[in-house]
Amino acid sequence: MKTIPLAIIGAGPAGIAAALTAARHGLKPVVFDEQPAPGGQIYRALESTPLRDPELLGQDYWHGRSLIEALRRESVDYRPGHMVWQLTRDGEIGVLAGDTAALIRAERIVLATGAQERPFPVPGWTLPGVMGAGAAQVLLKTSGVVAQAPMVLAGSGPLLYLVAVQYLRAGAKVAAILETTSKENRRLALAHIGGAIRGWRYLKKGAELLRELKRAGVRHERHVVALRAEGDETLTGVGWRTADRPDDWQHCEATTLLLHHGVVPNVQMTRALGGAHDWSEQQLCWRPRRDAFGRSDIENFFIAGDGGGIGGARAAQLQGELAALAALESLGHIDGPTLAREAAPARRKLDAELVVRPFLDALYRPGDSWRRPDDDVVVCRCEEISAGEIRRVAKLGCAGPNQMKSFTRCGMGPCQGRLCGLTVSEILAAENDQSLEQTGYYRLRPPFKPITLGQLASAAGGAPEAPARNETETAS
Amino acid sequence: MFAYLKRPEEGRTVTIEYEGRKLIARAGDTVAAALLASGIDRFRSTPVSQSPRGPWCMMGACFDCLLEIDGVPNRQGCQVTVVEGMTVRSQQGARRVSP
Amino acid sequence: MKPTALVIGGGLHGASAATQLARSGFRVTVVEKNYAGRHASGVNAGGVRRLGRHPAEIPLAVAALARWQRLETLIGDDGGFHPCGQIKVAENDEDMARLVSRAAEVRELGFDHEIILSREELRRRVPAVAPHCVGALACDGDGAANPYRTLTAWRRQSQREGAIWREGVQVTRVDRVPGGGWRLSTDHPDLPGLDADWLINCAGGWAGGLCGALDECVAMQPQALMLTITERVTPFLGPVIGSASRALSFKQMDNGSVMIGGGIAGCIDTGGEHADVRLAGLAQNVQTALGLFPFMRDVRVVRTWAGIEGVTGDGIPVLGLSWRHPRLIHSFGYSAHGFQLSAITGEIVRDLALEREPALPIAPFDIRRFDSSSAAARASHTH
Ligand SMILES: Cc1cc2nc3c(=O)[nH]c(=O)nc-3n(C[C@H](O)[C@H](O)[C@H](O)COP(=O)(O)OP(=O)(O)OC[C@H]3O[C@@H](n4cnc5c(N)ncnc54)[C@H](O)[C@@H]3O)c2cc1C
Ligand SMILES: Cc1cc2nc3c(=O)[nH]c(=O)nc-3n(C[C@H](O)[C@H](O)[C@H](O)COP(=O)(O)OP(=O)(O)OC[C@H]3O[C@@H](n4cnc5c(N)ncnc54)[C@H](O)[C@@H]3O)c2cc1C
Ligand code: FES
Repeated sequence: MKTIPLAIIGAGPAGIAAALTAARHGLKPVVFDEQPAPGGQIYRALESTPLRDPELLGQDYWHGRSLIEALRRESVDYRPGHMVWQLTRDGEIGVLAGDTAALIRAERIVLATGAQERPFPVPGWTLPGVMGAGAAQVLLKTSGVVAQAPMVLAGSGPLLYLVAVQYLRAGAKVAAILETTSKENRRLALAHIGGAIRGWRYLKKGAELLRELKRAGVRHERHVVALRAEGDETLTGVGWRTADRPDDWQHCEATTLLLHHGVVPNVQMTRALGGAHDWSEQQLCWRPRRDAFGRSDIENFFIAGDGGGIGGARAAQLQGELAALAALESLGHIDGPTLAREAAPARRKLDAELVVRPFLDALYRPGDSWRRPDDDVVVCRCEEISAGEIRRVAKLGCAGPNQMKSFTRCGMGPCQGRLCGLTVSEILAAENDQSLEQTGYYRLRPPFKPITLGQLASAAGGAPEAPARNETETAS
Repeated sequence: MFAYLKRPEEGRTVTIEYEGRKLIARAGDTVAAALLASGIDRFRSTPVSQSPRGPWCMMGACFDCLLEIDGVPNRQGCQVTVVEGMTVRSQQGARRVSP
Repeated sequence: MKPTALVIGGGLHGASAATQLARSGFRVTVVEKNYAGRHASGVNAGGVRRLGRHPAEIPLAVAALARWQRLETLIGDDGGFHPCGQIKVAENDEDMARLVSRAAEVRELGFDHEIILSREELRRRVPAVAPHCVGALACDGDGAANPYRTLTAWRRQSQREGAIWREGVQVTRVDRVPGGGWRLSTDHPDLPGLDADWLINCAGGWAGGLCGALDECVAMQPQALMLTITERVTPFLGPVIGSASRALSFKQMDNGSVMIGGGIAGCIDTGGEHADVRLAGLAQNVQTALGLFPFMRDVRVVRTWAGIEGVTGDGIPVLGLSWRHPRLIHSFGYSAHGFQLSAITGEIVRDLALEREPALPIAPFDIRRFDSSSAAARASHTH
């Protein structure tokens, strides 16, 4: 197996910044990303998007251009279309490119695998026509494809407004925004107003987005407390209730419903590696443990970007720089003083970037009933396990997600719990009246994404190793 | 229901076949985007309850966009780029294997 | 006063012992350092197999199957058991000769559950198997079940019988109490000490360490055994398939996904609580499976995992009384095939604790077979 000094997984802002930092110090890193082009979620398809009008996707999007151009220019071994399907603690990386699965070893690995949208389990969320708001944004950025009227957006958070505005600028229609942010959240967020003022640029941006929506006359329903997607074979309408009229289901027609309750770290790899994770009550998600430089508690592994906790694209970029510097230092490629000197400005800027987060997290925190849905709501989309089934099995003494999985197959489908893991942990914690830490999360195992039996057989097809004792007579 | 904002420029398109029907896609699109842009939002039925599904995340996380692409079942439509002449089929229930 | 028993290990054998002991009038506490079924018992391949058993295990396996067949009446749930049969295929004439003599050996012992299948009969039962297979050995009535569900049913049954479960509590020290009985120390602040008349060692992969602390000789290693599971596919296979000469267990579950195993070892981390898969071993295992079912090549793996099991030097368990200490019973070292046996081992433990002769022969599982001093003693007699 070939050994390289530094591998970076993910070519979003974090991964690209890490790669450029290594290259600047004369070390050529290998960057694996499963997407066909660099940019990650925010700068997706930046080189090829049909929406060339800079006003349309906005300044924050086009900010990525300099990063991507540098990635193309500098001495970086960037490998698009390479999906990482396994990792071991001693640095073995399984990659799948096209039909070929291969193994490579790296002395240091920066994980920059980003975030995904938080699961948003409501009745009917599995119907065709119901999607993440981020998913609609992917369609817009990569292909200039938009939902036809009537389209409804529901949930909360900056990305929700951003998608609405990008739609309007593109000339598409938004029938309604069903806002789930509660009055209570507004009150609680005020406690963090200090940070918000220091991070005023984010507030200003948010206010501008809201103004733009208002000017366009988009129907904006506030304090939505319940939501359902309606239809049999495909979405035909949306129903909701608000805090002001809690007993009335209101209703509108829709052929597309875009849901969004913020993004959460993608922890597939850090979990599979057995790294420590802490429950963040502030962000309502698991965060792999990392220090200020992104060093994880797994030797030789570093974490950068939203995969370690949600900080946004600018923070991700700075964390990428820091993680690369820490990796270079641990390789002996730069010394301690250089690390300290080079890291100082990035750390300062990072602090300034993150100061607004407590405010945003409090304001857009999805309420309990959104995260722990009613019994009839499907939680595990793959195995089609409902919240009620999870509660029933909890009563049999299945205290954690792994017992739940063994019992019901919940989380055992191809998405490996990406779309149900948080919900299951939260429901179980509430049912058993224990903390999220006590409840835990799924134990994850490779492959991170399915590969074929043929690919698995050929990937490791090297020398056969000694089998276990008595094996022909044993397990069956 | 989705559509292209602007019809893809001529010379920059790819033709694929979905369930025997010809679809024009923009070169570089994913199969999922191409289907959605042609008004198709139901991609498959689930192996568990045969309930209808279409893409949810468009970023490779949810596996709800599974399709049979060029004879290979269970491929993520949102992660595969269209290629001229590609044949795509919707999937009903579990993947078929033939010994 | 009721006699008391402490069971170390909340796996299947601990749960089975706890159920029978509680039912027979013992006050039982099960101590489990993790959660019930965290290790081998919750994550195994679910094979319920008499086929291919070590001759010493056959009587137990036969009795166990009778329990599996009425599990629902015994413990309130059938554990998902379905008797789809188990088949071991021969890939060449040499394999076939081995299977034929095996069938004869089993008949000689007075059992008739293993039967030879001709090439045609194999094809009829398993049309999907590769055409080069020349025949097979089959065991009708064997099958598969859902391990975690089975374990949960045993746990709940033992609780209904009165057993108390302490999960998240590790036994850190074992002491004999002068005048008889046992005192256990644990890592749990609320349970500094636990006393009992009887001690039952059902500690699975950790039972060897416990034996060490008790001065018992045993050759046993924890091993991480690996499994691979695929996406769901349309049904093509009824019975569980093994191979006459290669490490393989291959079955299609009722939800359509295919599970591939065969006792291939992964790695255990230094803490000993976490098992990891080893890619090279998995690849070899999958290669074997593809040899028999080549059309599976393009089917996707959704998950792999490894579970920790206690594997003895001779591949059969330790089940019986200690000879060093009174009121200590061992039930461990099931060496990757203890799922099926768990339906019967609790009854044997109960008989031993009631100080009566078990209904089934357990002499081959005596722990003294590993004691070099007694082995040396036996050897010097024969010379
Ligand atoms: C759908 C979506 C849309 C978003 N849109 C915006 C937006 O418009 N504006 C904004 O400010 N923020 C947006 N965000 C938030 C976003 O998380 C951050 O702003 C930013 O993209 C984080 O950068 P990152 O480098 O940490 O991760 P990402 O940009 O997410 O990059 C991670 C990269 O890792 C790759 N990767 C993951 N797993 C593997 C694997 N197994 N093998 C190989 N490669 C892998 C991915 O392909 C991806 O390119 C969005 C998030 C999501 C989920
Ligand atoms: C991957 C795999 C596949 C298998 N497939 C099959 C199959 O198909 N058919 C079959 O018949 N068998 C199979 N087996 C074997 C079967 O699962 C085991 O033989 C059986 O489950 C062993 O049960 P147990 O109770 O002895 O051990 P375990 O289930 O390991 O239970 C022992 C328990 O003791 C606890 N413990 C240990 N020390 C202490 C302590 N000091 N304090 C407190 N608690 C302690 C442990 O945490 C553990 O939970 C397989 C095993 C594996 C790993
Ligand atoms: S739409 Fe989620 S994986 Fe393709």
